[in-house]
Amino acid sequence: MMTNQENKYEAGFSSNAKKDPVRVVFISKKTSATVTGDPGQQVMTYPHLVVREAIAFMVLVIALVAVALFWDAPLEQLANPLLTPNPAKAPWYFLGLQELLHYFPPLVAGIIIPTLVVIGLVVIPYFSVNVQGKPLWSEDRKRNLWMVLFVLVALVLLLGFSRAWTVLVPTALIGALMLYSYFAAAKSSPRREYLRTRPLSWWIMTWFILVAVVLTVVGTYFRGPGWSWVWPWSNHAG
Amino acid sequence: MTTSFSFQGALERLRETRVWRSIFRRGPARTNRTRSLAIFGNLFLHLLPVKVREKSLGVRASYYLGSISFLLFIVLVISGILLMFYYHPASPQAYRDMKDLRFVVSNGVFLRNLHRIAAQLMVLLVFWHMFHVFYRGGYKPPHEFNWVIGVFLLLATLFLSYTGYLLPWDQLAFWAITVGTNIISAMPAIGKKVRFISLGGNRVGENALLRFYVLHCVVLPLIAIVLIAVHFWRVRKDGGLTVREHDDEPGK
Repeated sequence: MMTNQENKYEAGFSSNAKKDPVRVVFISKKTSATVTGDPGQQVMTYPHLVVREAIAFMVLVIALVAVALFWDAPLEQLANPLLTPNPAKAPWYFLGLQELLHYFPPLVAGIIIPTLVVIGLVVIPYFSVNVQGKPLWSEDRKRNLWMVLFVLVALVLLLGFSRAWTVLVPTALIGALMLYSYFAAAKSSPRREYLRTRPLSWWIMTWFILVAVVLTVVGTYFRGPGWSWVWPWSNHAG
Repeated sequence: MTTSFSFQGALERLRETRVWRSIFRRGPARTNRTRSLAIFGNLFLHLLPVKVREKSLGVRASYYLGSISFLLFIVLVISGILLMFYYHPASPQAYRDMKDLRFVVSNGVFLRNLHRIAAQLMVLLVFWHMFHVFYRGGYKPPHEFNWVIGVFLLLATLFLSYTGYLLPWDQLAFWAITVGTNIISAMPAIGKKVRFISLGGNRVGENALLRFYVLHCVVLPLIAIVLIAVHFWRVRKDGGLTVREHDDEPGK
């Protein structure tokens, strides 16, 4: 019911209720808010999510109790500042850092690298480059290849010079996979196709995780007295 | 009189009572309106959205890693409070308390085991949660700031675990903290001072034990609780979990 000519396409209220009949429908010329994405089918949090979390809690508690009944938390002798164990090890999640300390000076391995890792993690979402997750080898393939090669060679030289073998090996492995994915032909096999279409951020994070896991496992199981290499199945391992 | 007792029926009748309604501000959640009320009428649940995407409930979407990390935190708070009843942050009494937990306190070993396993698992799951979110692109707009809060939650988890590591006051604890805190002194200029402040002295001793105890039982849990609350609330405000096309299809 449109009677007011000048206000025909405008959404709004008229103050003159006598002249303008009550509008039931507004037709606006303006565009509506853009729908950015289809949220998909939605369900009520209560009960759907709440019940699932309750079940997760019960399963978790049962599992924890089962393990706690059969596995004992370690307890050694009373703390003794005069008796240094060899090797003295940090908790497992810091053993990667302790392994780094073996290769690099404390300022680098103990302060600079952890600080850079935390800063790096914090700024991840603020790099607005490549939000779509374009593959590393999609555009400017040649240029990207040269840059990757340059960084790889520099890293391998630096790590080799520092004799940081347990960092060098996973780094070289990721580098080899990157080069392999560059030369992998399109649509050859699902696994190759997967590697070929990874963005740069995926490679960096995977490299970081692989190095961290290797360092932690080596620090936990393969380091003995004087931080020397030991095999976990040999007897003298501390 | 009914001939057989039905648990479901009893629960339904309980939900109709005035007392139930006064506590939960609603009757039974039979309609979508009352189901919404169940969420936003509850201080704790209102951190969650009223509706969630069906896809985000699929196991593959999250593996419930964040939820389980939080549930582990609850287990840790409860078992931690029980442990505090038997613990003195003093040398060498702290170590004697460990022995008492083993030989005197009923279920003391179980309590300590539970706390320890949950703590190790939480560190592992928080890491896994972060990497999983990264690979799904869960940090992308509008989730940027929640990712940052997540990084600080990871740090809070690590510090909680690390400060707890000293409390048994055995050789393992003492030397792990000595090795770790020695790294701090590598900081240029202020390293020695920072180490002195965190240990309450130049070496790991009774002051360090007390400081780590206060950090472990009061300061860091409070920080973690606040960060967890903001983290959950931001998941709701930022429009729920990141879902992908194939999340509800197994094996994709």
